[in-house]
Amino acid sequence: MLLSVKDLKVVFRTRRGPVEAVRGIDLHVEAGETLGIVGESGSGKSVTSYALLRILDAGGSIRAGDIVYGGIDLRHAPERQMADIRGREISMIFQNPRSALNPIRKVGHQIEDVLRRHNRATRGTARAKAIEAMEAVKIRDAAKRYDAYPFELSGGMCQRIVIALALACDPRLLIADEPTTGLDITTQKAVMDLVSQLIRERGMSAIVITHDLGLAAQYCDRIAVMKDGEVVETGRSVDVFTAPRHAYTRRLVDATPRDGASIRSLLPAEVRTPELTHTPSPEPLLRVQDLVKTFEGKSGPVHAVKGVSFTVHDGETVGLVGESGCGKSTTSSMVVRLLDPTSGHIMFAGEDLAKTPAKAFARDPRRASIQMVFQDATDSLNPRHSAERSIEEPLRRLAKLSSRARIDRVRELADLVGLPRHLLDRFPHQLSGGQKARVGIARAIAVNPRFLILDEPTAALDVSIQAVVLNLLADLRAKLGMSYLFVSHDLHVVRLLCDRVVVMRDGEVVEAGTAEEVMEHPSHPYTAELIAAAPRPPVRHQAA
Amino acid sequence: MSDATAPAPARQSTLGHIGYVLRDNPVTLVAFLMFALLIVLAFFGPMLAPYDPLASNASRALEPPSWDHWFGTDNLGRDILSRVIVATRLDLTISVAAVALSFIAGSVLGAVAGYWGGWVDAGLSRCLDTIMAFPLFVLAMGIVAAMGNTVENIVYATAIINLPFYARLVRAEVNIRRNAGFALAAKLSGNSDARVLALHIFPNALPPMMVQVSLNLGWAILNAAGLSFIGLGVRPPTAEWGIMVAEGANFIVSGEWWVALFPGMALVLAVFTFNLLGDGLRDMVDPRRRT
Repeated sequence: MLLSVKDLKVVFRTRRGPVEAVRGIDLHVEAGETLGIVGESGSGKSVTSYALLRILDAGGSIRAGDIVYGGIDLRHAPERQMADIRGREISMIFQNPRSALNPIRKVGHQIEDVLRRHNRATRGTARAKAIEAMEAVKIRDAAKRYDAYPFELSGGMCQRIVIALALACDPRLLIADEPTTGLDITTQKAVMDLVSQLIRERGMSAIVITHDLGLAAQYCDRIAVMKDGEVVETGRSVDVFTAPRHAYTRRLVDATPRDGASIRSLLPAEVRTPELTHTPSPEPLLRVQDLVKTFEGKSGPVHAVKGVSFTVHDGETVGLVGESGCGKSTTSSMVVRLLDPTSGHIMFAGEDLAKTPAKAFARDPRRASIQMVFQDATDSLNPRHSAERSIEEPLRRLAKLSSRARIDRVRELADLVGLPRHLLDRFPHQLSGGQKARVGIARAIAVNPRFLILDEPTAALDVSIQAVVLNLLADLRAKLGMSYLFVSHDLHVVRLLCDRVVVMRDGEVVEAGTAEEVMEHPSHPYTAELIAAAPRPPVRHQAA
Repeated sequence: MSDATAPAPARQSTLGHIGYVLRDNPVTLVAFLMFALLIVLAFFGPMLAPYDPLASNASRALEPPSWDHWFGTDNLGRDILSRVIVATRLDLTISVAAVALSFIAGSVLGAVAGYWGGWVDAGLSRCLDTIMAFPLFVLAMGIVAAMGNTVENIVYATAIINLPFYARLVRAEVNIRRNAGFALAAKLSGNSDARVLALHIFPNALPPMMVQVSLNLGWAILNAAGLSFIGLGVRPPTAEWGIMVAEGANFIVSGEWWVALFPGMALVLAVFTFNLLGDGLRDMVDPRRRT
């Protein structure tokens, strides 16, 4: 056994007294094995990995338990010995590759630093060995990229550098903490394939920490599911996914979007209600024609959107899908009238919205009919405003209501989106991710818009909350008869909610059609690539 | 994490939060006590002073500290304790007025530059850079000398030399928030650009501004005292810490140390108080510090 953790307890000191982040967990990793630790935010999975390397934040401490790595007691090892172990024996890939790299140091030098710290290279050989390490993670033109700064590289390339750093000293155990969060789906696949290939080639052990059960099932031998600081279930990946024993695991498996799932089947069985039907009418509500946006960059014009056209019918949900930089966010900003297009038309209910400049649109009578739910619920709420004040804001400006009527409407909206009323006077930092998402949705529907743009509304949420929010959006659509433009990079999620899908790449529409058609028979190779890159969890045996 | 978390205790009141900040940090508590003392002296100074600060008594000139005159007397036989107490009002008024002026003007200019950017930003930033390129104290001297030797002009001069710090701070804070989700959401709620800036973005810049305000109050007092020390600004016989130090400096050589020491200590104490106050003030205006 390479690593064994027994009864580990980690405690954080906070303003409200000590908080147990990890409450007595047992884990073990065999040589050559990949263990996945899966859990939602706050489950203690990252804290566990930090405790292994004794790099807990200030205020955190290991209260009890044993951590034994290859015969060494990591909990009581002197700091000098730990410094040698970190990087050489156990190394770590961090969540955000950009913040894990020093922004003002060439990436090649950063790899050299690690090599020389652990006496793997001398001044003379460092450069060659660093380039070798970069080639090992399949960086083309490694000698040229050696001199690059992190900001000059893409997110996927940065993550490769981080992996090269982690593997430079041939560690025996690799800890990857959410290694692909924030990367595009095709990059995610490339990075995970690379990591698992390197692990196999070098006979290393690994711990992969992720919130994505599908990803863990695909790349790990065994999975430990964590909830509230405890391991609720461990087992072989296939078993955990196909025959989950613990109720929480079952809920996670259910909530993971997968082939053939309906939107209701993501919810736990006991709270499933019949799905409400919505009927799109053949009347077009929004018609976008030849929309172009060109930004004036320092090195010439940047063509973000190059002539995009699509239609959304009344009551219909259209998915706008693509990877980062494809122009989907620019397009949605133009449609919601936060940005002026360079050319093109945005026909909404028969009128061209593009004729009114974005600056003047705030006072336009049509402002209330197009609203938006933002990607990051935390960022989209004013940190100084309570939930009530945030939901009330559009009512103050766009609806002629007395203050009494406004308060009633805010309460009504809170009920509609399932936000408990006693949370209304909380500030955003006092709300959970799911609650903030509900506040954002309540604000967007406050003035009864006909058309709602959903900009990756679930990207920052845990899967179980994503399931709840997607169902909420589906219900609201049926109850209020709204049309949605659902902007997302995740085809599995888009398919659940959308009637039709528009796939964008490099500022152009490459494919459009009904959700079914695009998912089952993609006509463009890029669409096929996107579908193939999504992790494919093993299918669960339906219990009789 | 489950969506329906256990209900947390009810939201803290503003007073409760201030109480928490004070209890949590003893340094802040001490700073606020000292600040309260300064305020009391500023309002009730003339009533509390044991003697008339301007009444001279040639027979008791340059007496060392005693039970009659705790801080001693100066060369005209005036009670130094009374003069130190009475000077509090003038010094605080100058610094508060100057900081308020530069806070308001700097916030408006910085917010406009940070939000709209472009040539407004470029022009304004270069003007501020020009101000900062001068040695600031010399600039203040120049302004007071050119405009005339009055208390108002000290206030204006102090405000002008502090203005760039506020404008730059607000500009940076506004700039990083102008495309934040909540600012865009406010536009979708029908707010014009000016409203978004004034009601949604600017209040979020307040916490770091509070630190700057409190540090600046200290600098402003030093600056006013410095101007008076070199003979610009407040004129004798008005009681003012800077002039008192300047007058007392002549007597240090001959052994009458108390004439300069006590007004100097008052200055040190005031500046010290404002420097300590900053972090506490920031915590009080930041709702995120509440739980």
